[in-house]
Amino acid sequence: MSVRQALLALLEQGPMYGYQLRAEFERRTGSTWPLNVGQVYTTLARLERDGLVEGTGTDDEGHVIYRVTEAGEDEVAAWFTTPVSRSHPPRDELAIKLALAVTVPGVDVGAVIQGQRTATMAALQDYTRLKRTGRAALPGAATDPADLAWSLVLDSLVFAAEAEIRWLDHCEARLRRVAATRDDVRRPGEAPAAENATDKAARR
Amino acid sequence: MSAILELADVTRIHGSGATEVRALRAVHFHAHAGELVAVMGPSGSGKSTLLTLAGGLDQPTHGAVRVEGVDLASLGYKGRARMRRTSIGYVFQDFNLIPALTAAENVALPRELDGARAGVARRAALQALEEVGIGELADRFPDEMSGGQQQRVAIARAVVGERRLILADEPTGALDTDTGEEILRLLRARCDAGAAGVLVTHEARHAAWADRVVFLRDGVVVDESGTDPAESLLESDAAR
Ligand SMILES: Nc1ncnc2c1ncn2[C@@H]1O[C@H](COP(=O)(O)OP(=O)(O)OP(=O)(O)O)[C@@H](O)[C@H]1O
Ligand SMILES: [Mg+2]
Repeated sequence: MSVRQALLALLEQGPMYGYQLRAEFERRTGSTWPLNVGQVYTTLARLERDGLVEGTGTDDEGHVIYRVTEAGEDEVAAWFTTPVSRSHPPRDELAIKLALAVTVPGVDVGAVIQGQRTATMAALQDYTRLKRTGRAALPGAATDPADLAWSLVLDSLVFAAEAEIRWLDHCEARLRRVAATRDDVRRPGEAPAAENATDKAARR
Repeated sequence: MSAILELADVTRIHGSGATEVRALRAVHFHAHAGELVAVMGPSGSGKSTLLTLAGGLDQPTHGAVRVEGVDLASLGYKGRARMRRTSIGYVFQDFNLIPALTAAENVALPRELDGARAGVARRAALQALEEVGIGELADRFPDEMSGGQQQRVAIARAVVGERRLILADEPTGALDTDTGEEILRLLRARCDAGAAGVLVTHEARHAAWADRVVFLRDGVVVDESGTDPAESLLESDAAR
């Protein structure tokens, strides 16, 4: 996750200390990707080392206030103008799990798909409930940019869950079609147990 | 908590012998007051069959369908027709509007048939059309409206009056995303106000408005996501 660029972008709004940065990040993303304060401070230390932020002293309570440097501003601008890379798709545990489920003998792929679909649907129901009743649904959401940001993040989760369910439906339909053609190849009366009926029929 | 709709061990077989189709097999299903239940499943899995049985438009081969505790089979044809005019709102997969009637007349028809005064039925119809966002189309005929607009007339007809059970078969099929969402909001509001709703849909994002999502495969309920109000009551009882 681009915590680095996100923190830099937040600092463009004005100087802040670690806790404030974390709160601002979560206000916009609805704590979908919780940040711990330690992570914020390590990131700030690296940004400072790289000359992208600088400390501007402390406030009355001793918090170190950071502000973005000119080089940091350039980095933020570059981040916003460069598309997120799709050349290396992030590792997708579900796709990997299904790829193995269809190849490892003895796995009930249908059950894997249905179990996942139910779980993803439950998550989608939760997101929808949040959209309907949560902060994003309040009348003020239209005017507070942070609420709008959070509601767009929520939409992104909705779209992703929806896409996952569509993909699972698609996998199931394809597997059923494959199973059906195997059954067709089998002659009436032939022992049905053959895993690779297609191969056998081809050899005959 | 009482179920407004209950399917008990329902099987529906079409045809016989070589052409026999088991559209539903030993299905148990219920929807309580205040609950919206979505039904999902591939084409041919029995979703519309379940809904037509629930609406008294078709009879089960085995098992019983009860609406507000009344076995639909015990009502006879006339009793079921009356139930459909007063208690059950039905949105068909293909709208089923009467071409010779305007939008408002289509929506007002069930109440008029049930003996409501024409003016009263029309006022309720106009209000329902307003709720689905097409108040200004009240005097148009179905063939003068887009598919999405006709669909909204069909939805208005299903929610008009005091329907206790709303059954909707792909009600968002011809609608764009925003309009689809508005319809879900409306169904959800009716259920929050105490109706029971059953929504058949292919769209996961629409099913997600429901309290429970039931998955059908080859006429069998294979899984369910979300919470059953009856079960969560039991849980809170047990916690006490
Ligand atoms: N009147 C009928 N006579 C014979 N078979 C029927 C009849 N009605 C439905 N069927 C069969 O029953 C099965 C279930 O049909 P149903 O219409 O309930 O499916 P569905 O889940 O609503 O599908 P879709 O998503 O395509 O609308 C299908 O195999 C269908 O062909
Ligand atoms: Mg159908």
